[in-house]
Amino acid sequence: MSETGGTTLDDYTDRYAHRVRGMTASEIRALFAVANRPEVVSLAGGMPYVAALPLDTVGSMIGELVAQQGDTALQYGLGQGMLELRERICELMADVGIDARVGASPDDVVVTVGGQQALDLVARLFLDPGDVVLAEGPTYVGALGVFQAAQARVVHIPMDDEGLIPEALEEALVRYRAKFLYTIPTYQNPAGVTLTEQRRERVLEMCERAGLLVIEDDPYGRLGFNEEAPLPLRARRRDGVFYLSTFSKTFAPGLRVGWILAPHAVRDKLVMTTEANILCPSNFAQSVITTYLRTMPWREQLKGYQQIYGERRDAMLTALADLMPEGTNWTRPGGGLFVWATLPDGLDSKAMVPRAIAARVAYVPGTGFYADGSGQRHMRLNFSYPTPERIREGVRRLAGVVEQEAAMRAVFQEAL
Amino acid sequence: MNVVVLAGGLSYERDVSLRSGRRVLDALRTVGVEAEMRDADVSLLPALLSDRPDAVFIALHGSTGEDGSLRGVLELCGVPYVGPDAFASRLAWDKPSAKAVLREHHIPTPDWVALPHDRFSELGAVAVLDRIVARLGLPLMVKPAQGGSGLGATVVRDASALPAAMVSCFAYDQTALIERYAEGVDVAVSIVDLGEGPIALPPVEIVPSNGVYDYAARYTAGLTTWHAPARLADAVSESVVATALDAHKSLGLRDLSRVDLIVGPDGSTNVLEVNVSPGMTETSLLPMAVQAAGMDLGEVLVQIVRRAAGRQ
Repeated sequence: MSETGGTTLDDYTDRYAHRVRGMTASEIRALFAVANRPEVVSLAGGMPYVAALPLDTVGSMIGELVAQQGDTALQYGLGQGMLELRERICELMADVGIDARVGASPDDVVVTVGGQQALDLVARLFLDPGDVVLAEGPTYVGALGVFQAAQARVVHIPMDDEGLIPEALEEALVRYRAKFLYTIPTYQNPAGVTLTEQRRERVLEMCERAGLLVIEDDPYGRLGFNEEAPLPLRARRRDGVFYLSTFSKTFAPGLRVGWILAPHAVRDKLVMTTEANILCPSNFAQSVITTYLRTMPWREQLKGYQQIYGERRDAMLTALADLMPEGTNWTRPGGGLFVWATLPDGLDSKAMVPRAIAARVAYVPGTGFYADGSGQRHMRLNFSYPTPERIREGVRRLAGVVEQEAAMRAVFQEAL
Repeated sequence: MNVVVLAGGLSYERDVSLRSGRRVLDALRTVGVEAEMRDADVSLLPALLSDRPDAVFIALHGSTGEDGSLRGVLELCGVPYVGPDAFASRLAWDKPSAKAVLREHHIPTPDWVALPHDRFSELGAVAVLDRIVARLGLPLMVKPAQGGSGLGATVVRDASALPAAMVSCFAYDQTALIERYAEGVDVAVSIVDLGEGPIALPPVEIVPSNGVYDYAARYTAGLTTWHAPARLADAVSESVVATALDAHKSLGLRDLSRVDLIVGPDGSTNVLEVNVSPGMTETSLLPMAVQAAGMDLGEVLVQIVRRAAGRQ
């Protein structure tokens, strides 16, 4: 420690790349540190309820896998991912209409480290600093992180209860020369809304006309409650749509396995990029998933997730209707993990976080889901992880917090 | 010696506390102390009672660790702990109470008013805020009456920004402390008692790169420049140290504390607050002061812990 020059406790300050200079400790992130304590009802996470898996059976399966195929499962693998897994991924995609008729083939699947790496690969392949990306507003926070790291500019397209608003997309297409549209059309994170059948075709036509690539992110499409989700965009077009998905929500996020289905020409570049990036996805995790899909009743298990989440969605919607103060609105998702709530005018969900933490309830403020810091009136509520009883208790606490915050704002309203 | 380091808790500063706790744990283990880290949860009391440690080191920040309540419970259990007792801790934790004690002892602290949010609704926010500005002037510092790490604190330079500052402060606490903003250099004096009464470690000067020592500036390495010892004239430094020691003593503190002060351009000193559970993270001030004094953190902590254990 220098006596005259002082210390910043970071000798690398002047050496960081320009893009990481804005990274600082976050007050909000620190406040969330209590969210994993049992006293706090966390509606903030995005975690699947993996306790619903037959963990003993999965454990035995993994034990046998290592004993019998450890020499390959614990070895390096191909950058593109294991062939048998890619074949099984194609079977999964065929269930939702993405099959050979629209050009889906194991050759064009690249296995990734979760859906997140699939996004990162897309950004590495297509984005230069300053490029424009169109995305729903709000959109997945992890995608924003990837696009920001690529120094791209995200332009949000607003949604309503039927998903992305085509007129708003049209306007953006005229105004911006974007690299691609990033969309989560089914049970969107965080909004919980689904792009309707009618709008899917319109959106695709618009993008085709404008020559705009579509990046379709579909982690939740198979998590519909008592309903069939509309077919993915990729099932409707052979070209112009890249399809990203993951086993994180249908099986287990701890394995970190996702994939991307891309046109043949792009596939090679994706493989080269992923090899430079991570060498290869985990052979072990891929082997576990391949064996799971081959030997276990995974479709039944998926129904189990759907049923549990459906009950929890109902618990949340009922609690919100029973308990939230007037002026609060929320979406009614047909599947997925999230409800998007809108607070009464004048309230700020981010400023309200400490009050919520004191009341032992956590949520994610809406601002995290917009690149431009808007979304103050909104919050994302998760229903997949907490039990129905905890959800109701969480909403009860949240309602109290909203009422207190509204009362406080009212006191200072005249002065504000 | 067997020490339990308490860290985590349910306060706003859980994350900071966990980092402090790990640093204390490492420092104690380095000097051969058997130490384990525990959270303040339902498993704590059974563990403390079945396997009594020689002392508890409270690295909890925020209400549980600093408002005296947990210390009171440890006293009920007959388990010795590092730091001020429950009464003194509560006094220092509540900023308006602590400032009143300081003033009684003629220790300079900025003029202030402390108001619960109820007063604003009863008397009308506009009227009360007008009086505050008329009386204390601008700029003002608005902060929760209880709390740390700069959370909920705002410097108000324009009266029009005061209502918003009040709203964000009341998100953290029922009562707001509004004080005259003291312009000058931020200095922190860490005080430790190694067996021969409280001594002050070299003052640490804080220069946040964006001018405000907020949460990000406190816990992001690279955003703040710290000078240890502070770049003060000898006479000023002596006065700062004497004032800090007076503050520590007047509040009846023991073992360790950190006194935060502002040194004005004329060398005048104002005490802002006194912390009974000072941060111990990589960017915290007490460990920096220990290093500036040419001492080893583990050696300092073990002496403090030994004294606490002796209070059995």
